[in-house]
Amino acid sequence: MTARVITLTSGKGGVGKTTATANIGVALAQRGRKVVVIDGDIGLRNLDVVMGLENRVVYNLVHVVRGAVTAERALIRDKRVPGLMLLAADQHSDKDDVSEEDMRDACDALRDKADYVLIDSPAGIEQGYRNAIAPADEVILITTPEISAVRDADRVIGLTEAAGKPTPKLIINRIKQQLVARGDMMDTGDVHDILRIEVIGVVPEDEAIVAATNRGEPIALKNGSLTGQAFHNIAARIEGEEVDFVSLDGAQEGLLARLAGVFRGGAAQGGAS
Amino acid sequence: MSWLDRLLGRSPHVETSGEVAKRRLKVVLEYDRNQITPEELAKIRDDIIASISQHVSVVRDDVEIKLEPGGRLIAEIPLDQPSGARQSP
Repeated sequence: MTARVITLTSGKGGVGKTTATANIGVALAQRGRKVVVIDGDIGLRNLDVVMGLENRVVYNLVHVVRGAVTAERALIRDKRVPGLMLLAADQHSDKDDVSEEDMRDACDALRDKADYVLIDSPAGIEQGYRNAIAPADEVILITTPEISAVRDADRVIGLTEAAGKPTPKLIINRIKQQLVARGDMMDTGDVHDILRIEVIGVVPEDEAIVAATNRGEPIALKNGSLTGQAFHNIAARIEGEEVDFVSLDGAQEGLLARLAGVFRGGAAQGGAS
Repeated sequence: MSWLDRLLGRSPHVETSGEVAKRRLKVVLEYDRNQITPEELAKIRDDIIASISQHVSVVRDDVEIKLEPGGRLIAEIPLDQPSGARQSP
């Protein structure tokens, strides 16, 4: 086994990196892969709570970096999904306590123990981000269809390429289809037009994510939600499958709202032509 | 205006906020990507005014320099025309 190390990053905070990391981890593990998710946000640890594993954290990344335990020993197995493991962050350390070299070493120690190592990067473009992408073979960039998030994403594409990493692949998260239909939110085509990198996922805004996070149960664990399906599709694309993007029509809206969207769409086209 | 008018494109298109966002973002990113700061742009503007003023008189306050998509620096330089000459719009 030689794990692919994939870092999920965004520039802007609050766009859903941690939730996406947890759910893609779940989805890949449900496909039968061995997956280690690493919380790269040292000092602001959160991946453990989003996954509902906070009470089982004994060792964390900083213990591994200091040589107190091996990386393998610090892993917490998620009992709900065979093959899914978490390496938590330390809540009481600082980003500067870990170096890029440390992150490379920790991931290298896990490469023969998993198929995937997913690293949840902290927000920003400082040391925490640099540490998170240092060991990455691939980078996934998460944005929302908002000006500030897309602007930051554009900067991260440049920085990631400058660090010698492959061009990131894009997840457009938290799309509010009702706003898109009304013309009050950029759609996936608009965001792709601007960033011009491959889109690997399109995820609708979903209130159920809040409840899922409250309970520590990643939404991809359950069948039947569009958002969960979107994360399963991302996992399939990571594995090289060609999957259609989830249809966002009908996401959080009724028939009337959809009809109104169609009429507005028609008017917009008429006016632009 | 009724939805039918809109559907038939009878009215001038009103830019939606999503379209405004995309347009603004394109401009912002053009500056970000080319790493041009407002200070540099002001300096370029001054240099252009100084250079052109050696040949013709320009309306300094109305000179506009902007970066357009595709990395095109556009300068609009109104000339200071003597009174009585035909005014430009």
